[in-house]
Amino acid sequence: MIRFDNVSKRYASGHEALTRVDFEVERGEMVFLTGHSGAGKSTLMKLIMLMERPTQGQVFVDGRNLNRLSSGQIPYYRRNVGVVFQNHQLLFDRSVFDNVALPLQIAGNTPAETGRRVRAALDKVGLLDKEQQNPIVLSGGEQQRVGIARAVVNKPSVLLADEPTGNLDPELSAEIMNLFRQFNEVGVTIMIASHDLELLKRMNKRVLGLSHGQVAHDGVLW
Amino acid sequence: MKPVRPNRAAAADRTPPAARPQGAVQSKSRLGDRFDAWMAHHSTTAIDSLLRLLRTPLQSLMTWLVVAIAVALPAVLYIALTNIQNIGYSWQDSSQISVFLNKQVSDSQAEELRRRWANRADIAQVTYVSPATALEEFKTASGLGDVVDSLDENPLPGVLLVQPGLAGSTPAGLAALEQVLRQEPLVTDVRIDMQWVQRLHQFMAVAQRVVMALAGLLALGVILVIGNTIRLAIENRRDEILVVKLVGGTNAYVRRPFLYTGLWYGLGGGLLALVLLAIGLGWLGGPVAHLADLYQSSFRLQGLGFIHSLQLVLLAGITGLLGAWIAVGRHLSHIEPH
Repeated sequence: MIRFDNVSKRYASGHEALTRVDFEVERGEMVFLTGHSGAGKSTLMKLIMLMERPTQGQVFVDGRNLNRLSSGQIPYYRRNVGVVFQNHQLLFDRSVFDNVALPLQIAGNTPAETGRRVRAALDKVGLLDKEQQNPIVLSGGEQQRVGIARAVVNKPSVLLADEPTGNLDPELSAEIMNLFRQFNEVGVTIMIASHDLELLKRMNKRVLGLSHGQVAHDGVLW
Repeated sequence: MKPVRPNRAAAADRTPPAARPQGAVQSKSRLGDRFDAWMAHHSTTAIDSLLRLLRTPLQSLMTWLVVAIAVALPAVLYIALTNIQNIGYSWQDSSQISVFLNKQVSDSQAEELRRRWANRADIAQVTYVSPATALEEFKTASGLGDVVDSLDENPLPGVLLVQPGLAGSTPAGLAALEQVLRQEPLVTDVRIDMQWVQRLHQFMAVAQRVVMALAGLLALGVILVIGNTIRLAIENRRDEILVVKLVGGTNAYVRRPFLYTGLWYGLGGGLLALVLLAIGLGWLGGPVAHLADLYQSSFRLQGLGFIHSLQLVLLAGITGLLGAWIAVGRHLSHIEPH
């Protein structure tokens, strides 16, 4: 589903964030990405989101070579990749419902279809009763769940999460991870960046460890 | 790694693919749906951006006023020009040569001269206004009857009003005719109203260009003002733009609300300009009509009329859209998620 083929990324500043990275994530797999800060986790995610382009090598997502996607095709590609951010990236000028509805409106769904799917997504993350509230009044954990609902509402085949539990206590983190595990069980390919080693051990999933821009570890953490 | 099979029970919200109808009919109806959704997004974006402007009424009103003033200024000049042109035309219709006769000329001499001239090919008609008739007309028109009555003698000369014929209506023909009339010994002065009208037309041609240049400059001003306002709106909504781009919003989708905002600024400014013009015309209309009455003219101030008003508002709207387009083109591409 996600394949990195000899990928390097050097920024204009000269900093080499990734060096000859090779790995493959199967369809329906759940993978964690770890490493010290600056190891290249964010860069790797940005390459998958096409927020950055590799300086060398190729990235394939769902069989598509991302190097061949023109900038005009990027929006349509991104509709198939859900993203959860550490800082949620919610919009505080609109309700929870409208935040989650945004990807569906962009993709051109009818209001009826949008309403149905937004409620299904909010139900899934347990926030159906908060749909008319402004996300600013929600707790950190709830805000993160709204972000997750928005990321999955148009049923992407790939879900990326950058430190989704970074600001949450262990109990809420477990709750969020449980949600991801449920989405993974219905076939969504998931990649989560996290530096919480305890959490990674508990989840018992494949872990890609990055160190100085290279894959230093690949497998389950014990 | 083996892919995990989708678990239907856990995926209550995921519609099974088989539930969708297949084939050409499906793709056609889905295209229709897409078009409907696109239209729906246009109308909601249009309404949303208008409501957004109305939510900050004072700020929006300022921009609308700036646009309105910039639109109203050339419109006022245009209206003034067309009105002056109307006066000119009504005078041109009665373009005639006034020939003032010597004070010693008697009515019979004048009548003889009138008959002689009336037979000329380059003259269509000659009317004789005797000093007595002229005095009567002056008395009724000026309202100075008592003053006139107190005069010892009639100060007005006899006048022959010459209507040039077809041959005499060209500038050259008119000049030749004027020479002939002037050579008549009984004549003291010859006045051609046409000269005045021709000068007016020359002046109008110049004024029209000035108005056009001014309108162009002010349109540029409107584009800059709206462009700057849109730039600020883009800055204010930077977070939203980033999120929209991250969840797959196309450039057209991101652009749309700002273009509508520019359109609303333009259209609103155009409408406000019409209101300003109506107030101005209402304010001036009464005194102008009174003034015209004093000069025995049925002249009345003419506004823009329905079609021209519509054109003005549309033109303002297009200018606003153009300003927004330029701002969006310059600033939106810089906002990319990083």
